[in-house]
Amino acid sequence: MLKIKDLAVNVGAKEILKGLNLNVNAGEIHAIMGPNGAGKSTLSHVLSGKSGYDVTGGSITYNEKDLLEMPAEIRAREGVFLAFQYPVEIAGVTNVYLLKAALNAIRKHKGLSEVDAMDFLTLVKSKTKALDMDEKFLYRAVNEGFSGGEKKRNEILQMAMLEPQLCILDETDSGLDIDALRIVADGVNALRSENRAFIMVTHYQRLLDYIKPDFVHVLADGKIIKSGGAELALELEEKGYGWLEQA
Amino acid sequence: MKTDISWLNTLRQNALTQFEQTRFPSQRLEDWRYTNLSAIEKKQFAFANQVETFDDTHKNHLADFMLNDCYHAIFVDGFFDALLSTLPENITVCSINEAAEHHETVLAPVFNQAIESPHGFTHFTNVHFSDGIFVCINEHSQLDKPLQILHFATQQAMSATRHVVILEENACATLIETFIGVETQTYLTSSVLEIFLNDHANLTLYKVQQDSDKAYHFGGTYVKQADNAHFTHHNFALGGLLARSEIMSHLETGAQCELNGLYLGENRQHLDNLTRIVHAKPDAVSREYYKGILNHRARGVFQGRIVVAKDAQCTDSQMNNRNLLLSSDAEIDTKPQLEIYADDVKCTHGVTVGQLDEKSIFYLQSRGIDEDHAKHILTFAFANEMVDKITVPSLHDCVFTQLLARFPQGAER
Ligand SMILES: Nc1ncnc2c1ncn2[C@@H]1O[C@H](COP(=O)(O)OP(=O)(O)O)[C@@H](O)[C@H]1O
Ligand SMILES: [Mg+2]
Repeated sequence: MLKIKDLAVNVGAKEILKGLNLNVNAGEIHAIMGPNGAGKSTLSHVLSGKSGYDVTGGSITYNEKDLLEMPAEIRAREGVFLAFQYPVEIAGVTNVYLLKAALNAIRKHKGLSEVDAMDFLTLVKSKTKALDMDEKFLYRAVNEGFSGGEKKRNEILQMAMLEPQLCILDETDSGLDIDALRIVADGVNALRSENRAFIMVTHYQRLLDYIKPDFVHVLADGKIIKSGGAELALELEEKGYGWLEQA
Repeated sequence: MKTDISWLNTLRQNALTQFEQTRFPSQRLEDWRYTNLSAIEKKQFAFANQVETFDDTHKNHLADFMLNDCYHAIFVDGFFDALLSTLPENITVCSINEAAEHHETVLAPVFNQAIESPHGFTHFTNVHFSDGIFVCINEHSQLDKPLQILHFATQQAMSATRHVVILEENACATLIETFIGVETQTYLTSSVLEIFLNDHANLTLYKVQQDSDKAYHFGGTYVKQADNAHFTHHNFALGGLLARSEIMSHLETGAQCELNGLYLGENRQHLDNLTRIVHAKPDAVSREYYKGILNHRARGVFQGRIVVAKDAQCTDSQMNNRNLLLSSDAEIDTKPQLEIYADDVKCTHGVTVGQLDEKSIFYLQSRGIDEDHAKHILTFAFANEMVDKITVPSLHDCVFTQLLARFPQGAER
């Protein structure tokens, strides 16, 4: 589904990603771990099409297409979804309007008609409930005044509504207490399917207790410096990153 | 068809003398420094005539703006149209010409008393007004529905109207001023409204200026608020090529004044807003919140002045002006001013000028919404905060529709 080859990315004159390789197939869950400032969010942003980054080398193909050639909204319509590390607050735009506009934009791209208003409400309410969110959140401005945990849950709600193919979760676990973590993990697990892949960026092993990854990668100094199975995360938890970076 | 009443004739005569000296205000005056009126002089508009009938497109345009849950006072090219109007019964509401004759004892003593700093436009309007509305609501009475004062310009000409509203003690009313004109018609409308609110009276006034994109507009609202009177104003400057709006209020003890405004400029529109709130006595509260969105080569002006007199201890005043510039050629001149002569006061003011937030645009794009749509959503949301304050349902609908026409897909109906 996703092939990242020798990806090099700069912000201004600063090199952040320095030849990163990663292959993700449908049905797989990949965890990306690494120290602060390693470039994890940069990778997430470049995948979702945020401006402000210079791709200086390498390529990204997504479903056999050149992802880097697509504007951000086309990537989203083609099934790429980023759950932000820092979700943006948008005053005056309700959650429910955002969800509907987004869903319709994606449906239109797929050649489908606009979602029926009643069907939409039924759907969004059931997803909201599944994430243990109050329906009132739907009618509040996007993320405005939400607590850290509420924002993260809201990202998962959007993901559940838009049913993307490639889900990138950037530190969705940080700032969540143990109950919220379980709810979010359940939400993610409910979306697992053989057609869908996940890239989970995280600092901590604890999310991986709930969502078991197929692969764990260590991102440090702009590269994947080690890959392994789920057991690698446990090793990292125990030893930290120092032993890898020195190697 | 100007009424021939001696007190009024004297007044018009004085105004004429003054206008001959001042002409339309020049940019040398501090209050007018951002707005050049020379185009109006150059147009050499004639005065509008009273039209007998008008065609269906005009009728439809008018119908689009007539609010269904209101009384109507309709002015066509400045002339009161009794047939199109529906006025409340049991409350003194009539044309100002009629009031000049039949309510002289009430009208004559107050006329011009609320205008604290007269200038060329107020003089001009006093000289030339063809008609206007007079509203006087008795103590403890209220208007059971809002009264919409609708100004419709059809001719390439100028017209002036003059209005007086009096609310006696504990009286209560909602008024809506709507300014519209035939699309693409060039004209000048000048309207001066004086409002007198006695103790504990409560007036909510809406103004929707949706003139043609070639029109010139002056609208001045001058308010005197007696003790504990409440005045709430919602000012929507949407149309016109050059429009100047003035709201000035004078607050006595414990009065409350809330001024909200939204100016939406595009193309070469010039939208000038001047407000002045004078806290003359203690314990009055004022809240002012103006927002502007300027696109293309449009220019906005916000001059908000709060004056706190020496006597006005315990004044509580907040003023805020926020602007969104959608193009690099758009411009805003914003100048909040506080003049404080009392020592025990709580006054704050703030101004922001900015562009749409890149992070927000990207967030929406990352959900599949294209950039233009995202911008419309964000711009609409910025403006809608003011539209949401409208509590008259039909008016809310009307302004919401106007906003949606400017920023299609900005929201769902
Ligand atoms: N917009 C930016 N301008 C300058 N430096 C940036 C910018 N974004 C990220 N960086 C730098 O790039 C490096 C990687 O950042 P980031 O991708 O956020 O790391 P991580 O998510 O792994 O903590 C950091 O050193 C950070 O300071
Ligand atoms: Mg990060």
